[in-house]
Amino acid sequence: MNDLLEVDGIQTVFRTERGEVTSVDGVSFRLKAGETLGIVGESGCGKSVTSLSIMRLLGKNGSIRRGEIRLNGRSITGLAESAMRQIRGSEVSMIFQDPMTSLNPVFTIGSQLIESISLHLKLKNKEARLHAIDMLRKVGISRPEEIMDEYPHKLSGGMRQRVMIAIALSCKPKLLIADEPTTALDVTIQAQILDLMKKLREETGTAIMLITHDLGVVAEMADRVIVMYAGQIVEEADVFTLFDKPLHPYTTGLMGSIPHLDADEEETLASIPGTVPPLQQMPSGCRFHTRCPLAGEKCMSESPPLLELAEGHYVRCWAAQGHMELSPTESSSMELSLPQTKGAMT
Amino acid sequence: MIEFDARAYDRPESQTASPLVKLDGLKTYYPIRKGLLGRVRGHVKAVDDVSLDIREGETLGLVGESGCGKSTIGRTILRLEESTGGQIVYKGENITRYSTSKMRPLRTEMQMIFQDPFSSLNPWMRVKDILKEPMLAHGKATASTADAEVDRLLDAVGIPRSYKDRYVHEFSGGQRQRIGIARALSLNPKFIVCDEPVSALDVSIQAQVLNLLKALQKELGLTYLFIAHGLGAVKYISTRIAVMYLGKVVEIGTKEQIFRNPKHPYTQILLNAYPVPNPHLRGREKMVVQGDVPSPTAPPSGCRFHTRCPFAQERCRQEEPPLTADSLGDGHAAACHFTL
Repeated sequence: MNDLLEVDGIQTVFRTERGEVTSVDGVSFRLKAGETLGIVGESGCGKSVTSLSIMRLLGKNGSIRRGEIRLNGRSITGLAESAMRQIRGSEVSMIFQDPMTSLNPVFTIGSQLIESISLHLKLKNKEARLHAIDMLRKVGISRPEEIMDEYPHKLSGGMRQRVMIAIALSCKPKLLIADEPTTALDVTIQAQILDLMKKLREETGTAIMLITHDLGVVAEMADRVIVMYAGQIVEEADVFTLFDKPLHPYTTGLMGSIPHLDADEEETLASIPGTVPPLQQMPSGCRFHTRCPLAGEKCMSESPPLLELAEGHYVRCWAAQGHMELSPTESSSMELSLPQTKGAMT
Repeated sequence: MIEFDARAYDRPESQTASPLVKLDGLKTYYPIRKGLLGRVRGHVKAVDDVSLDIREGETLGLVGESGCGKSTIGRTILRLEESTGGQIVYKGENITRYSTSKMRPLRTEMQMIFQDPFSSLNPWMRVKDILKEPMLAHGKATASTADAEVDRLLDAVGIPRSYKDRYVHEFSGGQRQRIGIARALSLNPKFIVCDEPVSALDVSIQAQVLNLLKALQKELGLTYLFIAHGLGAVKYISTRIAVMYLGKVVEIGTKEQIFRNPKHPYTQILLNAYPVPNPHLRGREKMVVQGDVPSPTAPPSGCRFHTRCPFAQERCRQEEPPLTADSLGDGHAAACHFTL
């Protein structure tokens, strides 16, 4: 069976006042029908731009410079805007982080649902309305008939996110892109929404691309996981392998920096020193070398490739690929790490 | 190298220590005004009858979902919000109705670290001026000594001294939060309200800031009220934890009691809802509550959690369960008729 989505070496650039910046650099992955792919990384790593590139929602200044995106085997990179409009909302739809701003405040919930239903499914008004009510019921909204006539401000955050999901799924998309769908919600509501997404995934067989910074959410939902850093994929594996045997020092660092609920008293959390480098000043060599505890000479000068080290487990790291002796060198940008802070105070 | 005030006393055993801050039946209501005359038509009961102690040298974690009143408690203690009833006792003094001028000397001892490091620092000021302002305003430093103090503070939070002439927009989120922490430390406080200090930061940066807060506490003998909705951070930093729901504390206990042996159904559900970063546990039985948090303008009768509680019975709808101090022993208490 063909892959539903194939992303091949895309590079997405933005024109800015201070010149061009590359926010996604050579990202490739595949997604099968019904599969859930998690994309993890910190802010600025390019995970959202990757999804916006697929939807081609890059604004006036953004463009895909290189690479190809294929949906069901058909290249969509060169499609005209009008053809993209046919795809958005019907074949691929998207839910965003902030349900407070992604619904239009001056239209009722019903009219926002019916808009995409009548556009893509070509249903008559009455049928579209019935379908909309049906969708609201599916996402667990009680009193759907009344909610149809409400405005977004009347609903709570969890309800709005349910409405967003109803809109996104109303045209039976083959791919749902969920960009931090639960980040703005409380934990108990987050649990409800994740449950709902799992249930709908089973019923509809929709493939999900789940973008998040929360490793807990990924562990809960994803089949496969991509870890991104500074615009590149640094590690890719199935979810169990990634959590059991992470190979990239960035992945290990991310996992070490979350406090576990079931762990015993920890004195100090492992933390990754420094911050993500700005896009305009990407470090030479491996982009993570300025923050990496394993960084050596080779890492500062040569950029490591993304290699398959075990079946389906890809890693972009010289050390993991066995290309260097593991002799941690002092990196100049470690000056913000805690040990020094402590030292300065005693 | 760096010396703060001779306040680096031994950290007392948290069980026996006297409370630094004591809340007694604290209430903070916000009036809802409606109509042409702006008559008061009801109240949002953000904090409703909360009693708790914050002991010297400890970190009391305050958790709950948005709208449960946790931030309002922090702001009310610092007298940034006016309380409607009850008492705030700081070091044995009832400060609930202190005037602005009487509060002023106390403000040096009680500080706050805010959630959003982007809006809580003045974009027009250089870092050194942000740090100097409170010291000069409270006479803790003079124009000639302030510069040395700024260096000392920057060292303490791990920002290079050479950055002191920069403006805040030149810093990343984590660095800004360090500057916010340095500002809070500039007056040698005893007590700091940390209001969601890491929620706006990236995961790897959260760990840096949490480690810094913990190290500073040890070093300076600080007392924290740590407000957060992220349970991981709260567990990592807290000595004791209070769980809030709709303006009330529903359970309080040591970190171990709350995480190992939660007694209130809401606490269990909260712990359970937290996604665990371990894919092997994804199939586990979960207690998922239905529905949203009810509005704090018209909280449910009886136990406020009864509308969402899987164990609710008739008694819960009618009779409000009290939070009796130490009701479960060893400082552990839960406000539930049928503690689990």
